Amino acid sequence: MINIRSTVSFKEIVRKQLFLPIFALCLMLVINVLITPSFFKISIQNGVLYGYTIDIINRASELVILAIGMTLVAASSRGADISVGAVSAVAAAICVRLLGSSYENYAISPILAIIICLLVALLCGAFNGFLVARLRIQAMVATLILFTAGRGIAQLISAREINGKMVSGQILYVRMESFKSIGGFLPGVVIPTPVFIAAAFVIITWLVLKKTALGMYIQTVGINPKAGRLVGINSVLVIFFCFVFCGLCSGLAGVIAASRIYSSDANNIGLNMELDAILAVALGGNSLSGGKFSLIGSVIGAITIQALTTSLYAMGVTADQLPVYKAIAVILIVAIQSDELKKWRAVYRLHKQTGSGVAK
Amino acid sequence: MESSVQITQTDRKRGGEMKTNLIVKKLRGNSFLLFVTIVMFLLMYVAGVIGYTDKGFGTMQTFLNMLIDNAGLIIVAAGMTVVLITGGIDISVGSVVAVVCMMLADLMQNKGVNAWMAIAMVLVFGVIFGTVQGWLVAYLKLQPFIVTLAGMFFCRGLTAMISVNQIAITNNKTFLAIAHKNIKIFMGATVNKRGIKLYPFVHPSVIIALVALLAVWYICKYTKFGRSLFAVGGNPQSALLMGINVRKVTMNAYVLNGFLASLGGLAFCLNTTSGFVEQAKGFEMEAIASAVIGGTLLTGGVGTVIGTFFGVLIKATIETFIRCNGTLSSWWNKIVLSALLCFFIVLQSLFAILKEKRKGN
Repeated sequence: MINIRSTVSFKEIVRKQLFLPIFALCLMLVINVLITPSFFKISIQNGVLYGYTIDIINRASELVILAIGMTLVAASSRGADISVGAVSAVAAAICVRLLGSSYENYAISPILAIIICLLVALLCGAFNGFLVARLRIQAMVATLILFTAGRGIAQLISAREINGKMVSGQILYVRMESFKSIGGFLPGVVIPTPVFIAAAFVIITWLVLKKTALGMYIQTVGINPKAGRLVGINSVLVIFFCFVFCGLCSGLAGVIAASRIYSSDANNIGLNMELDAILAVALGGNSLSGGKFSLIGSVIGAITIQALTTSLYAMGVTADQLPVYKAIAVILIVAIQSDELKKWRAVYRLHKQTGSGVAK
Repeated sequence: MESSVQITQTDRKRGGEMKTNLIVKKLRGNSFLLFVTIVMFLLMYVAGVIGYTDKGFGTMQTFLNMLIDNAGLIIVAAGMTVVLITGGIDISVGSVVAVVCMMLADLMQNKGVNAWMAIAMVLVFGVIFGTVQGWLVAYLKLQPFIVTLAGMFFCRGLTAMISVNQIAITNNKTFLAIAHKNIKIFMGATVNKRGIKLYPFVHPSVIIALVALLAVWYICKYTKFGRSLFAVGGNPQSALLMGINVRKVTMNAYVLNGFLASLGGLAFCLNTTSGFVEQAKGFEMEAIASAVIGGTLLTGGVGTVIGTFFGVLIKATIETFIRCNGTLSSWWNKIVLSALLCFFIVLQSLFAILKEKRKGN
């Protein structure tokens, strides 16, 4: 600990928060290039951009959005919202159910449908937020309720009339072409739409957090809620807001996911997304125990996770087996960042120094 | 818990006149939640008996079926209670159950391993898994929910790695004999249409569950380790000052929980006799719900496995209701249970807030 200052500035670079996500992303890219030499090749096919990198950035859009919400939740409440996947499924189910599956026209205007489903997602977030912020229930347990019930609710919403009886648990389809453009391509644009949505979302959130004091409030509440209260910050409201915002993120991710497959699959939309989002936050160098956060870190983290997912798929790992690697990654990252390990290292170094001192 | 023990001791000295006062105090305190649970279960059960008499709700066998169906859950929820008492949480249990079932099925069906050997192997796996999680939580001071969330996905993925397809255990005679053995209970017999007396029965899984439940109850109540659990959950700092090795106790709680989760998986597998990737999904929620409904505080320091047992019974009663109703889809199971969990944790936190206010005044 003593001679860190005098040694090379390399250690200072390592200590920067963004070092971990950028390092991980570079590592992922290098590994990918080694496996598939054509990794960075981008071509235009059918009038749209095509290539591995485009695919990764495109597929990462939902995760980026979720990771932003999760970052704020982790920063303010020192917990995680594990209901994001289930809330996505609910939002997707509502959106698709409202739009109907006719070939000629939408049952209601798509914008209205999206607004309604985002409102429902907000409501889910508000429910979580109320439990966590007002009733002071651990975030994990409070969101566990929707984590389990959410998919059941989504199944009940995904009902279709079969032989004059409403049967729930169906996969509903939207058959209008224009709905596909949210998760696909806008006519005449070469970049996938989800990338625009995610980018816009990140920029707006970043601006709001930077230009207003909200970002500071969230950090203060995360570092010490009591101190926050003493300086006049309504910590309950801040935490509540973060959960509501996370609900909105889940809803948006759900709409994009539904549009990608132009249907609502209550079992698979947002499946295992909660782990990916938490992993993205942790990889972004953010502490999962509240306090300082970096949106950019989480965004890079999310893209890295998607790169990892894509390359694992390329190596022939099935979707069911993916969580094994990701779980190990989560534990490793969190363990490396843990204060306890840092303490041990410091003690070890001290021992070495005093040990050598005695030897002299 | 600690304070109520003290009250009892001082009370005994003062004599019997305080008895009623004690009951009031107990009801006001944390036992109130347990009391609510037991009353709720009885009300629900009686309502079921009255409402669904024609479907045989009131028979002894229906009650025993609740135990048979939830043998695994009883064990897992008992383990969950232990972890919750220390102020932690374990959401990996559902996946552990799944991976244990899959390992049992794979070992016995495909690898031809002896039943006892396979059972021993999965129990050892549970202990090792619990030890790793416990070490990460207790010694590296990682947040329990992050560790166990990773554990949950890890085990689910491991299940898929063993086999993506469902494996049914069909060739291991010892295991199937244990699974299907009917242990008759000589009371509450019904007579069927042919006039043959049918005795209600349970499977060995229920016996395993009840023995495990009693063992955990004994450990929590009468051993040094069990009492330290409450101390650590109530206030880790004062536990440390009392001379308790907080880290070791926390870790051992997770080890015990890992063992119980794998034992629960075994009981679960005795019921299903198969391994499947999607098995026991949402089991962690059921276990946490049962423990919380049974009066275990999520903040740690308070809880009994007896309450947890009643929590499981309430969950089983809801299931039986939905099954008897016939028109409700099975997704309602999870929704109703989640709503119930929500109700109880809200109740708990309201109690906590009230208590704090009273202290403040």
